[in-house]
Amino acid sequence: MLRYLLRRLAYGFTILLGVNLLTFVLFFQVNTPDDMARLNIGGKRVTPELIAKWKVERGYDKPMYWNEAREGSDKLTQTIFWERSVSLFALDFGRADSESAGDIGAEVAKRMAVSLQLALPVFLLQLIASTVFALVLVFFRGTRIDFWGVVLCVVMLSISALFYIVIGQYLFARVLKLVPVSGYAGGLTAAKFLILPVLLSLLSRLGTEARLYRAMMLEEIGKDYVRTARAKGLSEAIVLGRHVLRNALIPILTSAGGYLPYVFLGSLVFESFFAIPGLGSYVIDAISGQDFAIVRTMVFLGSLLYILSYILVDLAYSWVDPRVRLA
Amino acid sequence: MPKFVVLWTDAVLWGAWAATLAYAWHVRRQPHLSASWRKVWRDGAAMSATVVLAFFMVVTLLDSVHFRRALPPTAGQAAGQVFHATRTESVLDVLLAGQANQQEATYSRPLSYQGFTRVSEEVGGEVRRVHPRLQYGGAHLQDPERQWLGDLAWRGGLGLAAGALAGGLLLLAGLPLARRQDAALSGVPTALALRRLLADRCELPWRAGWITALLLCLLAGLAVGLGSGYHVLGTDNLGNDVFYQALKSVRTAFVIGTMASVATLPFAIALGILAGWYRGWVDEVIQYLYTVLSSVPNVLLIAACVLMVQVFLDKHPELFETGAERADLKIFMLCLILGLTGWAGLCRLLRGETLKLRELDYVQAATAFGVGSLRIMHRHILPNVVHLVLINTVLDFSALILYEAVLSYVGVGVDPSMNSFGGMINMGRDEMSRDPLVWWSFSAAFVFMVALVLAANLFADGVRDAFDPRARNLRPRLGLGRAGQRRAGVTGESA
Repeated sequence: MLRYLLRRLAYGFTILLGVNLLTFVLFFQVNTPDDMARLNIGGKRVTPELIAKWKVERGYDKPMYWNEAREGSDKLTQTIFWERSVSLFALDFGRADSESAGDIGAEVAKRMAVSLQLALPVFLLQLIASTVFALVLVFFRGTRIDFWGVVLCVVMLSISALFYIVIGQYLFARVLKLVPVSGYAGGLTAAKFLILPVLLSLLSRLGTEARLYRAMMLEEIGKDYVRTARAKGLSEAIVLGRHVLRNALIPILTSAGGYLPYVFLGSLVFESFFAIPGLGSYVIDAISGQDFAIVRTMVFLGSLLYILSYILVDLAYSWVDPRVRLA
Repeated sequence: MPKFVVLWTDAVLWGAWAATLAYAWHVRRQPHLSASWRKVWRDGAAMSATVVLAFFMVVTLLDSVHFRRALPPTAGQAAGQVFHATRTESVLDVLLAGQANQQEATYSRPLSYQGFTRVSEEVGGEVRRVHPRLQYGGAHLQDPERQWLGDLAWRGGLGLAAGALAGGLLLLAGLPLARRQDAALSGVPTALALRRLLADRCELPWRAGWITALLLCLLAGLAVGLGSGYHVLGTDNLGNDVFYQALKSVRTAFVIGTMASVATLPFAIALGILAGWYRGWVDEVIQYLYTVLSSVPNVLLIAACVLMVQVFLDKHPELFETGAERADLKIFMLCLILGLTGWAGLCRLLRGETLKLRELDYVQAATAFGVGSLRIMHRHILPNVVHLVLINTVLDFSALILYEAVLSYVGVGVDPSMNSFGGMINMGRDEMSRDPLVWWSFSAAFVFMVALVLAANLFADGVRDAFDPRARNLRPRLGLGRAGQRRAGVTGESA
């Protein structure tokens, strides 16, 4: 178990190296800091002096890989590559590019807590709601309920999440005035602001997930052990709940695991629509403000979380299904 | 003489259309492929979806012939020298000239003859706040309050009648095609064939397809009839016609859906098959590549790439002449980015399938005969994974259209000057918070986008059911199942 974990972590580390290299090439080789400065200053007032100043302020004025002007180990550490790429592994994210934004690390820590408040309930409720919906469809398979349930799923998954948000906001916040339109407050009042985004987030993915889970369960239902269970005289509900569901949980967990990074990163669209100051809206603001340092950091952080979630999912396998041995 | 402009995306769309035709020709000559495709259309929903998609495709292709008008010669211009307008137009713009050029001042309700917001106007020495008459919408009415409803009914009715006529003609034009394709319709008198088709007693659900086409004709007729004098779906805050915007957005959605899913194919197919066939270190490297790519959350990776493209375009203004070309280059790049970042899933699938295929007898036999690796991959592996590629591509199409809206909202989608569903929703978001509510722009985006995505999804489901033997068992069925009823109907009827 421990050896498996260590091996997975080591592989994850090499993947992270690859991601880091990719972002470095993308942000510093394809387009040099000069280009970024030009875009960031913008307009016609770009002069070499301004570009130089912009680079000094943000620490992009150092050599790319090797600093001849320094002594000893500083030759290596006083470079863009070291400061902007290697130090990410120590979770040292440095400073944002735009003038008002400060230290990225502190901001990330603060905002991740907010994102978790929104995304964790969504993640758990999503898993439960979709599984229950799929179980109902599978229980009534071959009947009108199944047919129209799947039709409903297809219609629901054809509607963009943006429509759910705008219509939901209009209906619940403006017409019925049940919840505030958008915003966020700390403490217990947060619930008032979060309930609508949670609900709409659930709805927007229910169609996709429930249909997928239904397919996974139907895949299991044709197998021999299910027939044996029925032959023993177990009721359909028990067959589904005890046998089919448990075996379908493995593919379900795999697909749900893909969403785990977003539990921490938050949903870009939902957070920005509802003005929730989590990591998702942080990214959106960074993109619209063309703050490359933040985007780069989030790419790294995102893949780190992705790798960790997949290791978590693997651990969950052995918990769900004792036959799975991690070695 | 107008100057024709071939935008990057135009070339790709026409290329995709040519490729589709070539594929159709190929399918006709391959009995097993035509059998599979017949299976797709045996499903009524897929048949209707095909009709809807074909309609949108026609709109897209009309919108993909671009040109710049020649400007009238001015004094002092050398003979034979022609200058062209900076505005790039398409054939669709010409067809919808009424909608494209009749710009009002600001918001107006669908089919309205007056503006949405009040302006101050002096009436008999007294300043009053009134709704101004629109410049184009309902401008032909002398006494709008009395004539308006009657005029709407007259134009709408005329449009519907024309639509119904077109639908009827379509039935007559389509009948020979249906008779050629359908055993229950060929070899019987025309009247009987028509009766069978309308009673849905034939092999393929022609009736469902025709009803969809008829509905589309009626809607189009209505839109043309009413559009002759009004803004059918109102105007937005700059006074642009919303119906026209929605139709233009269809092309953007099609470009993203087609191009981005096609752009993934070269990487996915080549690397997937190579990894599965050679195994060993080739496999390791390729697996490492796609794990790295797929471990970055998609939106972030795309955002990072798009930011870089923005910097690149800013640095190279020589690559485009007009605003339209710049926007086009941007969407082209966006599709490439979506392709470069999105190949991991299909690649993994193809690798697994190739690992399975390479152990099969016929591949082993080919190896034993000394057939080269490349030849085996090309002749024996590739044809046997094409169905996976096909299913994946059609499934991606609708997902990418949905994705476009989100990306445009995030600010890394298409150029703001280009009409897109994402842009319309983005605008609609502010309009929904106005009082009184401006609902038409958002609703138009909703209806058009859901129609397009739903059709794409139903079509994709049909394709998956027909080409993936495992998926067929997952289809929800009522009682006997459609195919069963159909066969019973065909054989039970005595001709």
